[in-house]
Amino acid sequence: MSFSTILSAAIDGLKVESIHVEADVSNGLPVFHMVGYLASEVKEAGERVRTAIRNSGFEYPAKRTVINLSPATIRKKGASFDLPIAAAILTSLGQIPSESIKDCLIIGELSLNGQVRKVPGILPIVMEASQSGITRCIVPKDNEAEGRLVSGMRVAGVRSLHEAVTLLQRGQIPEERRRTDEETERGHRETDAADEERLPDFSDLQGQKNVRRAAEIAVAGRHNLLMIGPPGSGKSMTAKCIAGILPPLELKESMEITKIYSVLGLVDERSPLIQRRPFREVHHTVTRAALIGGGVAPRPGEISLAHGGVLFLDELPEFKKSVLEVLRQPLEEREVQISRTYGNYRFPSDFMLVAAMNPCPCGCYPDMAKCSCTPAQIKAYLDRISRPFLDRIDLCTEAARVEYKDLSDPHGQESSEQIRKRICAVREIQTERYRGTTIVSNASLKSSDLKRYCPLGKSENRLMERAFDVMDLTARACHRVIRTARTIADLDGEEQIREKHLKEALGYRMADGKYWRR
Amino acid sequence: MKYEYWLACIHGITAQKKMRLRECMKTAETIYYIEETQLRSIEFLNEREQNRLIQAKQQKDFEDEYKKMCEKEIRFIPYFSAEYPGKLKEIPDNPYAVYAKGSLPDPQRKKAAIIGARRCSPYGEKYAMDFAHALAGRGVEIISGMARGVDGMGHRGALLAGGRTFAVLGCGVDVCYPREHIGLYVDILEQGGGILSEYPPGTAPLPQNFPARNRIISGLSDAVLVMEAGRKSGSLITVDMALEQGRDVYALPGPVNSTLSAGCNHLIRQGAGVLLNPDDFLAEWNLGGNEASSGSKKEVKNEKMLETAEKLVYSCLGLYPKNVDQVVRETKLCIQEVLELLVSLELQGYIREISKNHYVVSRQ
Repeated sequence: MSFSTILSAAIDGLKVESIHVEADVSNGLPVFHMVGYLASEVKEAGERVRTAIRNSGFEYPAKRTVINLSPATIRKKGASFDLPIAAAILTSLGQIPSESIKDCLIIGELSLNGQVRKVPGILPIVMEASQSGITRCIVPKDNEAEGRLVSGMRVAGVRSLHEAVTLLQRGQIPEERRRTDEETERGHRETDAADEERLPDFSDLQGQKNVRRAAEIAVAGRHNLLMIGPPGSGKSMTAKCIAGILPPLELKESMEITKIYSVLGLVDERSPLIQRRPFREVHHTVTRAALIGGGVAPRPGEISLAHGGVLFLDELPEFKKSVLEVLRQPLEEREVQISRTYGNYRFPSDFMLVAAMNPCPCGCYPDMAKCSCTPAQIKAYLDRISRPFLDRIDLCTEAARVEYKDLSDPHGQESSEQIRKRICAVREIQTERYRGTTIVSNASLKSSDLKRYCPLGKSENRLMERAFDVMDLTARACHRVIRTARTIADLDGEEQIREKHLKEALGYRMADGKYWRR
Repeated sequence: MKYEYWLACIHGITAQKKMRLRECMKTAETIYYIEETQLRSIEFLNEREQNRLIQAKQQKDFEDEYKKMCEKEIRFIPYFSAEYPGKLKEIPDNPYAVYAKGSLPDPQRKKAAIIGARRCSPYGEKYAMDFAHALAGRGVEIISGMARGVDGMGHRGALLAGGRTFAVLGCGVDVCYPREHIGLYVDILEQGGGILSEYPPGTAPLPQNFPARNRIISGLSDAVLVMEAGRKSGSLITVDMALEQGRDVYALPGPVNSTLSAGCNHLIRQGAGVLLNPDDFLAEWNLGGNEASSGSKKEVKNEKMLETAEKLVYSCLGLYPKNVDQVVRETKLCIQEVLELLVSLELQGYIREISKNHYVVSRQ
């Protein structure tokens, strides 16, 4: 048999495209042709594959070899076709029985000595294959754990081409050994321990009662949060703590997040599944493409890496205005759309935005004894953030400088775990309330939904009316306050929003009016 | 008059020399038409000053400028004019001429300068306003520099009381500096006050102009009231000038730990008058009335209206901004309650949020 075809796959954005690797070895001049709309790194595969075959101890006769990667309309990139090409050639040469490659997805990069190297995007590829009825996969050993996250799929990790061939010659991929519960447990504990080292806990945060409360409300209702405070007031620390009080991930969410990380080659080899919600801190020099994703072949950006977790923007006014503006669409739609001439890409970006900034360029306002900024300077500083962007942030709070008394406070602070319990309860209330609608949390309530889910009593309406006048609120600001009050009421376990909830929400209203329009 | 304007506009010759020159020549017109040889023989002008004068003569556009100034209703008041404020004549280094928009201070009335730092706390703002309000209510004219901070508040207080107030600028009277005070600028004129400057119209607000204009602020006034000033504040320059000119200096005491009031406290230590309340001050000028002070009235109102918990929170706020965490620490209430009470107080108008979660008690 001189012709053979093997199933492989390529990643385009976050989508998986099935690619058939066809090889034909026939008599004729000993040339090696590769066709099928290939990028240069794929064309180079020919050299790698031929050398790797020889170095793995297989015969490679001087024959005419043609490789085709179909469908020819898709641009193929990356080195992940090395292993399927080699396997296809060896099948054509009769080294591998042709029945054994049927319904088997093969992927991997080869080195010249025949070793198989890891490639990105294994999880989405295996998931997609599983959905289209494939039951066996051969992947690089380093990607094995990642591939095995997909249940119902026999995934074999191979270290070398030789190993892959032996496996195919045997024609059987052994049923994977399921992890025992104990092992899974240990794995969890290990990752947990590693993660906890990275994430600070709210019990480490001294004082800061105001920020703590605001953070709890924000997370409970999934509201975006802005912290304003002088340098050294623990804004970054709080943001990191917030990642720790997010409700635990469900398996489905975990897989979705891991998929994104997998495409970018960011998953851990041994415990690939991401079980902690991501916390992404982005530096203010970030470019638009790095933030929302992009490139010639669009790759997910930071906001997709923060999917399901927290995106933290420190020093908000230092970000380029154009960079902040591109966040508006993903903040609204919870996914980002990137358009290219040859197609549209949609990346999930359902993140909670936590932003921090100083009240003025020197950071000391309103302490006039220390602040050295002129009103014009402060105005210019604040004007760097556009109003429409701020409209997407529900809560705004002050992060105060920590006082020594707080540092030596003998009464321990509440831990993240205790706060998380309350938050989970409130999230459940929301899931229950919005069952059957597109609303996911209080923060995603549209103004048209407010009447139904946040009805106000007479005295509450009067209060809002007064606040509207006295605090110079806009209609948008009013809606933000009501949404926040909904969450506060949920935290209180009350179905009806009361005056005290509105008042607290008003305390966390976005600092508009005078502060932003001086 | 255009020749007088021409003479006033010449740079590089001091006001004193210009006056002497004019006294010798009787009118500015004769100075304008003076022969060069004769000019060179003037002993009290050095060569550079003589050159300036000759150069100035070559400029012909002063006539246009003068016309434009008249069209803008800016008055030109040289020192020999009857309108020239008498109080300015008393001071050493008085300006050769004053430009004015609106009216001039009434020589029959008492005048007080309310000055202080541009960068001031709500404390300085409040008392600048209160004193200006009380004084203007008794017919005192308030003089200040229309700067940000205390100055602006002084003007506003006087305007609220329906009084007349005068702003002395460090730029041309047709230039509003700082720009955001354009509303104040218009209000001062509308309420019968005036904008004064020793600089010709169109002069930009150059930094070196401001210390010099301070001498006019103090010069026009009977007393200088310093509301809030740090140890290196420009207001202390005004105080020095006021003392040179023999004006009374009063200072508003501030907390001993406030760097913003350190200058004021220092003045008090050196013997400046202490401003405790407007009534005391007015009594010194025999303008005091027997009305109860507005402050005590306000307290009565607060006592009546506020609930106990609100009172607790209100009492720990002052004129220096405090944030929520500080209030929590002092009242020992929980954060939710404190925020709730703060918002109630804010809605009732007792306190203001001046920066995110920073509160001060309201002025009114």
